[in-house]
Amino acid sequence: MEKRELTCIGCPMGCQITVELEAGEVISVTGNTCGIGDKYARNEVTHPERTVTSTSVVLGGDKPRVSVKTANNIPKDKIADVMKEIDAAVVTAPVHIGDIVVKDVCGTGVDVVATRNVEAV
Amino acid sequence: MLNYDIVIVGGGPAGLAAAVAARDAGVDKILILERDKELGGILNQCIHNGFGLHTFKEELTGPEYAYRFIEKVLAADIEYKLNTMVMDISKDRVVTAMSKEDGMYQIKAGAVILAMGCRERPRGALNIPGYRPAGIFSAGTAQRLVNIEGYMPGREVVILGSGDIGLIMARRMTLEGAKVKVVAELMPYSGGLKRNIVQCLDDFGIPLKLSHTVVDIEGKEHLTAVTIAAVDNKGKPIPGTEERYTCDTLLLSCGLIPENELSRNAGVEMSPITSGPIVNESLETNIPGVFACGNVLHVHDLVDYVSEEALRAGQNAAKYVKGQLSEAKADIEIVATDGARYTVPSTINIGRMDDKLTVRFRVGAVYKDSYVSVYFDDERVMHNKKRIMAPGEMEQVILLKDKLAEKPGLKKITVKIENE
Repeated sequence: MEKRELTCIGCPMGCQITVELEAGEVISVTGNTCGIGDKYARNEVTHPERTVTSTSVVLGGDKPRVSVKTANNIPKDKIADVMKEIDAAVVTAPVHIGDIVVKDVCGTGVDVVATRNVEAV
Repeated sequence: MLNYDIVIVGGGPAGLAAAVAARDAGVDKILILERDKELGGILNQCIHNGFGLHTFKEELTGPEYAYRFIEKVLAADIEYKLNTMVMDISKDRVVTAMSKEDGMYQIKAGAVILAMGCRERPRGALNIPGYRPAGIFSAGTAQRLVNIEGYMPGREVVILGSGDIGLIMARRMTLEGAKVKVVAELMPYSGGLKRNIVQCLDDFGIPLKLSHTVVDIEGKEHLTAVTIAAVDNKGKPIPGTEERYTCDTLLLSCGLIPENELSRNAGVEMSPITSGPIVNESLETNIPGVFACGNVLHVHDLVDYVSEEALRAGQNAAKYVKGQLSEAKADIEIVATDGARYTVPSTINIGRMDDKLTVRFRVGAVYKDSYVSVYFDDERVMHNKKRIMAPGEMEQVILLKDKLAEKPGLKKITVKIENE
């Protein structure tokens, strides 16, 4: 049996939650004081996900960098790989909010999109 | 001299929302004065997500949130001037500004909205001993360097203070390849959101040391190492607990201070607790026609609340220039005590009050299973149980005009935290 210790992010209480797993299946969630904690803990141990935000290089723009984000959550264990693709990306101005900077990043099915406008100069 | 109905000092989230609200209320000549080379304020460098859940019911990044309001300002054809520094605001609302393009000039304003935001507490205000080498940045400065300019301040990082900007920068520097060795926090609790502690520190195995501070800084030209130590309950370092970390960067995330030099010079009365103006129910300062909103008024936890507050400031400034706001009178005083540190606003005039008034405040310590109580004079009229309250989060109570009107002669409203 596997035991995982988590801090709930649902509210400032920050309950210390213990999840017991057997062969990848959640057997018990303890330490939470409400339903939010239970849901958070189950998601977090079975398929943790994050949105990644960073910047990419822009050529010919009024700013040297454009801020970007993954348009949806990606699996947590892919964060480092996604960062490599974002760092390698170079786009040419103009770039506008929502424009795709990296398509289907690391095979996640999620695009990396611009989160601000950079005009051409 | 130029003439405008409303001059807004600052083009960040507060200034933008106030401008849009004033225009929606039918004010024609509005001018936003912004120091930076673009509108949006600090949100432009806050590229992480989590903004706008209350306002737009979706999670936006800082620049996206700012752009929602910039778009409205552009669509409404509201005038703004960039690269413009406001030098002075006089009691009779003459705003002196200057820029490279226009030189020094003066504007007579029907109303002024203060929306200058806040700045970070610098090293000089922290009493950290040791050398003064390069490599020590406020977390926000590092954020600007990394996210806007595209420069990395360093490769091996120690962070003092666990405010949200410090936590966000711990993750940001890590994602860009730096090694964040430790976050030290003087207080026994973090001022940051739980979500940030988990997703910015725990996700990357960065240790958070509560009740710890920096006791030495080494390096003559550039930072080479810092020493941190545990502190006792009076904040005094405990000998024998020192740990030395080699590093080239120290980030400071030790609190925010509203930026009120202009307000003070104008004669605006200030609260020693918030370091922001004391305002009435209309978010108006002691100077008639001068309003304040956003982080210049009190430091907010969420930008959504800044936008909401700025909307009210914009609407009230609009009423003022149209002569629809009766003379300011502080009929009722709002007092914060027993754990509640302050309230915004500080006074109420029932005649000027909207049907509902949101009173925001912060608590001074962590409270579990306690009550937010509101007293009208000596009578308790509200008693709301809260599972948790923490200094890092803003609290609020909503006062109804009807309820206040039922108590003629009411002089004092008290907001306090009670155990039972």
